[in-house]
Amino acid sequence: MFEALGISPNQLYGQLVLGLINGSFYALLSLGLAVIFGLLNVINFAHGALYMLGAFGAYFALTLFGINYWGALILVPLGMACIGACIERTMLRRLYQLDHLYGLLLTFGLALILEGVFRHYYGASGIPYSAPKELQGPLNLGFMVLPLYRAWVILVSLALCFVTWFLIERTRLGAVLRASTENPTLVQAFGINVPLLLTLTYAGGVALAGIAGVLAAPIYQVNPAMGSNLIIVIFAVVVVGGMGSIMGAIITGYALGILEGLTKVFYPPASAIVIFAVMAIVLMVRPAGLFGRGE
Amino acid sequence: MNMKITTSHMSVPVKIAVFSSIAILVAAPFLKIYPIFLMSIMCFALFAAAFNLLLGYVGLLSFGHAAFFGGGAYIAGYATKTWGFTPEISIILGGLAGAFLGAAMGYLAIQRKGIYFSMITLALSQMVFFIAVQAPFTGGEDGLQPIPRGKLLGVISLESNNAIYFFVLTVFIMGIFALWRVVNSPFGQVLKAIREHEPRAISLGYDVHRYKLIAFVISASLTGVAGGLKALVTQIASLTDITWQTSGEVILMTILGGIGTTLGPILGAGLVKSLEDHLASIGFPVPVLIGIIFVACVLVFRHGIIGELEHFLNKRRSAKS
Repeated sequence: MFEALGISPNQLYGQLVLGLINGSFYALLSLGLAVIFGLLNVINFAHGALYMLGAFGAYFALTLFGINYWGALILVPLGMACIGACIERTMLRRLYQLDHLYGLLLTFGLALILEGVFRHYYGASGIPYSAPKELQGPLNLGFMVLPLYRAWVILVSLALCFVTWFLIERTRLGAVLRASTENPTLVQAFGINVPLLLTLTYAGGVALAGIAGVLAAPIYQVNPAMGSNLIIVIFAVVVVGGMGSIMGAIITGYALGILEGLTKVFYPPASAIVIFAVMAIVLMVRPAGLFGRGE
Repeated sequence: MNMKITTSHMSVPVKIAVFSSIAILVAAPFLKIYPIFLMSIMCFALFAAAFNLLLGYVGLLSFGHAAFFGGGAYIAGYATKTWGFTPEISIILGGLAGAFLGAAMGYLAIQRKGIYFSMITLALSQMVFFIAVQAPFTGGEDGLQPIPRGKLLGVISLESNNAIYFFVLTVFIMGIFALWRVVNSPFGQVLKAIREHEPRAISLGYDVHRYKLIAFVISASLTGVAGGLKALVTQIASLTDITWQTSGEVILMTILGGIGTTLGPILGAGLVKSLEDHLASIGFPVPVLIGIIFVACVLVFRHGIIGELEHFLNKRRSAKS
C-alpha cells in the first residue's frame, strides 16, 4: 500500500525502528529529567552532557582499563552516580532556597564546561565504539531484518523505564519520594533523611543518563556534541508530555521518536523540526502538556 | 529572581559613569582602539540590554534570544546584500524581523511560567536554527558574506571603520536610551509589579499576558536591531549568531554585569567579549571559561558586578546617615 506513495515498506520499517531507537533515548533521558525535577525542582541542563560523559565512560573503560561493554554497562552508571552525588552535594544543594532558574543556569554552566573540555581534547568528530560480539549480527523478524544490537537497546530501555516507573509509583521508597515532593518538611519530621534522598535522586537520574550514554555509544559513536544536540529535543519532549507523571514522560518520549522517524520517511526536510512543531501546537491547545497537571 | 526596585533618578556617580563612558566611546576612534572590536561589543551590549528587559524587569529567563539576534542579522544582511537597501532601512528591517519572531515565540512561551518558559524559548529558537540551516536565503553553513555596509541614507558611505563606528554608536545609544525609557515608564512599573508578584498584578486588573508579550516583542525587536548592526559591522551573518550558545552567552553577560541594572549588561558584554577575544588568541577553549564563570556567578556572585557595587554603595550610604 505504501508503494503508491513511492515509499518501500523496508524504508518505512527502517525509519520506524530508528524512530523507536531515538524514542528510547528520549524516554530514558526525559524520565531522568522528570525524576530530578519532581524532587529537586531543578531542570538538569547538564543531562545531555552527562549522557555524553556516559558514552565517553564506556570508551575510556575499554581503552584505558580494558573493561568490555558489559562491564561498562554496570560500572559507568555507578561512576556517574558518584559524580552526580558530588555535583548535588557541592553545588546544587546551595540553590534549593533560590529561584528555580538558578538551578537551570548552574547546570547549563556545567554542561558548557563538560562539553568544552571534551571538544577541546577530542574534536568534533565521533569515535567509533563497536557493539559487543554477542549482540552483533542481524535478527530476522520475518517482515524485516533488524540489527541485534538495536533490538537490545529497545528492550533495555523499555525495561529501565518500567523499573523506574515501578520503583517510583509502586514501592515504599517511591511513596517516600513522592511524599517529599509534596511536603519535604513533614516527611523529614517523620524521621526520613530528606537531604540524603535528594542526593540519591540526583545520583539516580545521572546514572540513568550514564546508562543511556553507554547504550548509545555503539549506535551514534562517541561524540562530544552528542549531548547538547539531544538535550534541547528532550526539553521539547518534556514540555509536550508535562512533567507531572513518570508514565507521561516515557510515552511521550517513544511517541515523539516514532513520529520523527515517520517524518523522515514522508517529508525528510521537516524531520529536524517536527518535535518542536508538535510542542508549539500542544502549547496552543493544551498549555500544561499532554500529561501535565498544571503548575 | 530576587532583585530590588530601581529608581528612575540616576545618582551622581552613575551620571558621571554614563557621561564619561559616552565621552570615551566618542573619542575611541581617535585613540586608535581597535574599532571593529569595540563595535561588536556595542552590538552585544545592546543585545544584552534588550535581553535584560525581560530577565531583569519581568523576571522571564529567555533561552532563545539568539533567534532574534541571528534573525535580525540574516534579514538586515540579506536586505543590504541582495536588495541593495541602505543600512538604516536594513537595520529597521532587522528589528522588524526580531519583532515578528518575538511575537510568535513570545505568544507561545508566555503560555507557561518559570522554568517551562525557558525551555520553550530554547526549543523554539532551536527550531528557528534548523529552519535557518535549510532555508535557501541564509547561505547554509557559509552564511551571508561579504555583506556590504552601504551608504547611510544613500549619501554617506559607511565602508570606512570610523564612519560606521559613529553610526553604530548612535544606534547603540538610542537603543539603550529607549530601553531606559521603557523601564522607567508607567509600563515599566507594571512589568516590575508582575516580576515581584504576578497574582497581585492580575488581581489589580492588569492583563499580565499582554504586558509580558509587549515586553517580549520590545526586547526581541531591539535584539533584532543589535543583530542587524552586527551583520553590517562584521559583514557576515552566519549560523553562529543563531545557536543556543549565543543565547547562553547573552545570559552570562547579563548575570555577570548585574541582572536588572541599566549598566550591568553593557559592562558584562564588554567583559565577556574581551575575555573571549583574549582566550581565543592563547588557544584556551572559550566555552569552558564561559561555563566556569556561569557556575561561579550562580554560586557566589548572583547580583553581578553592578548589582554588588550598588549593594556596597547603598550599605555605605545607610551607614553614614
